[in-house]
Amino acid sequence: MIFADAFGWLLDPANWSGGKSIPVRIGIHLLYCFGAVLGAALIAVPLGLFVGHTGRGGLVLVGGSNALRALPTLGLVTFLYLVVGGSTVSVLISLVVLAVPPILAGTYAGVQDVDRGVVDAARGMGMTGAQRLWQVEVPNAMPLLVGGLRNAMLQVVATASVAAFVGVETLGRPLLDGIRVLDYPQFVGGAILIALLAVVLDAVLAVVGRLVVPAGVRLSARTGKARPGSAASRRREVPTPVESGGSTA
Amino acid sequence: MIEFRDVTKRFDDGTTAVNGLDLVVEAGTITVFVGPSGCGKTTSLRMVNRMIDPTSGTVLVDGRDVLGVDPPTLRRGIGYVIQQAGLFPHRTVLDNVATVPLLTGWTRRKARQRAAELLELVGLPAELGRRYPVQLSGGQQQRVGVARALAADPPVLLMDEPFSAVDPVVREGLQDELLRLQAELDKTIVFVTHDIDEAIRIGEKVAVMRTGGFLAQYAPPAELLTRPADDFVASFVGKDRGYRRLSFVDSSGVEVAEVPTIAEGAPVESSSDWRLVVDADKRPQGWVAPDSSSVPGGSLYEVGASIRGALDAALSSPSGLGVAVDAEGRLAGVVTARQVLDVIESRRG
Repeated sequence: MIFADAFGWLLDPANWSGGKSIPVRIGIHLLYCFGAVLGAALIAVPLGLFVGHTGRGGLVLVGGSNALRALPTLGLVTFLYLVVGGSTVSVLISLVVLAVPPILAGTYAGVQDVDRGVVDAARGMGMTGAQRLWQVEVPNAMPLLVGGLRNAMLQVVATASVAAFVGVETLGRPLLDGIRVLDYPQFVGGAILIALLAVVLDAVLAVVGRLVVPAGVRLSARTGKARPGSAASRRREVPTPVESGGSTA
Repeated sequence: MIEFRDVTKRFDDGTTAVNGLDLVVEAGTITVFVGPSGCGKTTSLRMVNRMIDPTSGTVLVDGRDVLGVDPPTLRRGIGYVIQQAGLFPHRTVLDNVATVPLLTGWTRRKARQRAAELLELVGLPAELGRRYPVQLSGGQQQRVGVARALAADPPVLLMDEPFSAVDPVVREGLQDELLRLQAELDKTIVFVTHDIDEAIRIGEKVAVMRTGGFLAQYAPPAELLTRPADDFVASFVGKDRGYRRLSFVDSSGVEVAEVPTIAEGAPVESSSDWRLVVDADKRPQGWVAPDSSSVPGGSLYEVGASIRGALDAALSSPSGLGVAVDAEGRLAGVVTARQVLDVIESRRG
């Protein structure tokens, strides 16, 4: 039984101590994931807010972000490694490139999706552009913005495995080693770890989402007031983590 | 006072929304802009608080050109109510109402105190203040929208189809509420609607606009009904305008007559007359026909109210006798349709 053997590998005390143990690899994997999502958020959130708020450059944004999605992460890592040389830098840049589109789409759609009447009222009440953005658009964009972050995190967790190709000790290592020496228990064990990590991180971000989404917005979402044809319903083109993880790692 | 001086608005796509509008909205009145879609009524309204700027011409609020005031400052001094209310979903009802005071630098405590007063003013219970907009009915949301617009006590209130998204019964309640508020607050209100009945009901003056951005007629509602300026206005105010005009004629000239009554629950004796059933407080409860059967009554009208109500009471009554009541709802007497029509005829004179 391949799964029994995989659990055997997972539970083997030898794999739980030392410089190349499972805990160390989980730690490194997490560092890359958080670093990449944070970096991507620093780029994509301000950009998404700007475009969503002003309504300018939406077409360029969607086009550009779809182009980014087409880049195969493994190819990008290898390319950057050859050009830049540093494995850490090339892996981080590649993961940031992977994480930017979903965060950008979530932020932009979130702001765009705020009810037109609500935005009109905010203007009519005498809010300046900045007040409208921070007091009305951002709080109401939170569900989609957090959705974008969760999406990005899932993709990055799955794809950070490719770092192993350039010698970084992420959870991609057991996958790579397992394939090379036909050690399937190690391969499956590594895959199980990545999947578990993805589930746990998504749950953590779901909790964060509950904390940052205002109660009134959460209630509105529950009663299903989203209008058909809105940005929220167009947003579904964001690829699922399973697809992107499978095609790149 | 709001003044439009030769105001024209052309949009980038070449359509002319407002065409050379000259109009004065008098202070302390409700002025209604009404017309079919594409007539420029909403565009005209939105030029008052600079949600839209005119292509040419001048809009003055209290003698001051609005283009000389920066938009956020201007808007904080003008109440704004829109269709579907446009309440902020992430803020409680109380904080929604406190929006403009907070923007103008009030402390949170003082702004919320003011907001609570306003909820009471628009007839909402204080505990609704802690709820979120999504937890309110459409009519309640619209009341909150009005409260929010009034929070900073602006002299001018702009209302853009505020009641068109609620059902007719609730709408009528909101219209009454607005008239009650206006009697108390004396604001300068510009009210946009596509519903001529609403315009006639609440407007002290009504501007009828025509597709292409032209002002067809600007007059008190009674005058629109009696002397429409052209065929467009005549057809827009409707076929039954002769009857609707009666809303503006008072019924004080109609003498009420006595009517035989029966106390509610008392035994019915046979008679050749219709008899009115009244309760212990003399409030009409229905009719007893000559064959002694009970028949539900028609509409009632208050003595001195519009003559339209008196005529309708007579026409809707099974006995042909319209029932008049006093301010407390007690029987005052009865009138016939013939009597009412005679009064209308004599007034024509």
